[in-house]
Amino acid sequence: METKTKRRRIKDLSFWEKIYIPEIVKGLSLTLRTMFKPKFTMEYPEVKFDPPGSYRGRPVLVEEENGVERCVACGLCSRVCPALAIEVQAAETELEKERYPEKFEINMIRCIFCGFCEEVCPEEAIVMSKDYELAFTNRDEAIYGKDKLLVPVNELQDRIDFLRQYK
Amino acid sequence: MNVLEIVIVSLIKIIVVVSIMLVMVAYLVYFERKISAWAQNRIGPNRVGWHGALQPFADLLKLVLKEDIVPVNADRKIHAIAPIIALLVALSTYAVIPFGPDLEIAGFTIPLLVADVNIGVLFILALTSLGVYAITLAGWSSGSKYSLLGGVRSAAQMISYEVSMGFSIAGVLLFAESLRPVAIVESQYGWMWNAIVQPIGFITFVVSAFAETNRLPFDLPEAEPELVGGFHTEYSSMKFAGFFLAEYANMIIASAFIVTLYLGGWQIPYIQELNLAPVLETLLCVGAFVFKMVAVLFFFLWVRWSLPRFRYDQLMNLGWKVMFPLSLINVVWVAALIMIFG
Repeated sequence: METKTKRRRIKDLSFWEKIYIPEIVKGLSLTLRTMFKPKFTMEYPEVKFDPPGSYRGRPVLVEEENGVERCVACGLCSRVCPALAIEVQAAETELEKERYPEKFEINMIRCIFCGFCEEVCPEEAIVMSKDYELAFTNRDEAIYGKDKLLVPVNELQDRIDFLRQYK
Repeated sequence: MNVLEIVIVSLIKIIVVVSIMLVMVAYLVYFERKISAWAQNRIGPNRVGWHGALQPFADLLKLVLKEDIVPVNADRKIHAIAPIIALLVALSTYAVIPFGPDLEIAGFTIPLLVADVNIGVLFILALTSLGVYAITLAGWSSGSKYSLLGGVRSAAQMISYEVSMGFSIAGVLLFAESLRPVAIVESQYGWMWNAIVQPIGFITFVVSAFAETNRLPFDLPEAEPELVGGFHTEYSSMKFAGFFLAEYANMIIASAFIVTLYLGGWQIPYIQELNLAPVLETLLCVGAFVFKMVAVLFFFLWVRWSLPRFRYDQLMNLGWKVMFPLSLINVVWVAALIMIFG
């Protein structure tokens, strides 16, 4: 492991390396070749990035086929959220589960998209979706209630598969 | 042609040349952004107009609407005059560059250059030397360290490379035996373009042209990591636009000058043998000039995104210890050629 390439001094360079012209030609040809290769830019908004299953987008509530949310308003996500972005208000219900969230609000300006709420949820009721397009014009618009947070379960299948396999 | 006709024709030529050159400067900025983007695997501006072709007008509008800030320590009068000098130099050198052979319409023979001055080459050299004033004044009058350093470095760089530029031109002049740009173009008949006859002079002139226009790899005076912006750090809005335009206009002049002196100007080799109508031949020659100029401009843009920047001492070393002797060798070479081949 003692082999260290010796630093070449200016005296050690060959004539062609000293006048620098072959290096210039190599640099120019590289740039010219790159000009004709295909570009990697995705032209948003015509082409949108479709993230893989492991992507942590905005948190959403899972809505089962019969239109009822899976959330039982245990309040674990609200407790674990490092940014204190989630607010849950529980209430009684006639369904089999004991409670349901009467008010479930996530303040998207506070949310840091860490995914702790998804990790701690015992019912797989809140998951990080693939949605990244969030732009608000005032602060009140950014407090998402249940109407904006409920997403049908078939749209979230990617994320649920990822969670079951890896976490 | 009487005086009135001469005046009218000259006015028309001035308007045509100035407007075309201004549009060319604006679109050079656009092409710089596009080509630099392609060389980096991305697309340049493509939202404003078809494929982003109206981007220069958007840029211009933005610069016009910006606030004009002058630092507290600045010398206001000189701060305002410096971009004017830069633009003056940049726009008046177009007057002596020929962009085609004589145009013969309706019995009139119109030379296709705004002013057929006997000392055309000397005129251009003198004006580019004035350009040094613009940058030095800008650097000094801004009242900030970065500007002063940038201005002084740029002045030293430009003056150093003017020496080798002058001697390279001396080689061309030996060949053409005249300072008129038209005579220089006409002395390069057939395949005997100066780039082939005097290759060393061509290389030293091109390198000096890069240094004169403060263009990479010699752009230390305006390098962002080193000097934040050099002499134009403290300029905003239209004054900055003045410097910006002057830099690109200088680039266009440098490439037009290279084409005139070394690449045969507007000539297409052996076009006489096709025996075309004179107007068509003139148009083709003008097209050839524009094509050659665009090729040299592309070379300027291409080199900018391919080579690393020279450090200041390497730059001065190159200018005085390498380019100057090479240009002197070039003069000796041309003199030897003339002596041998007559």
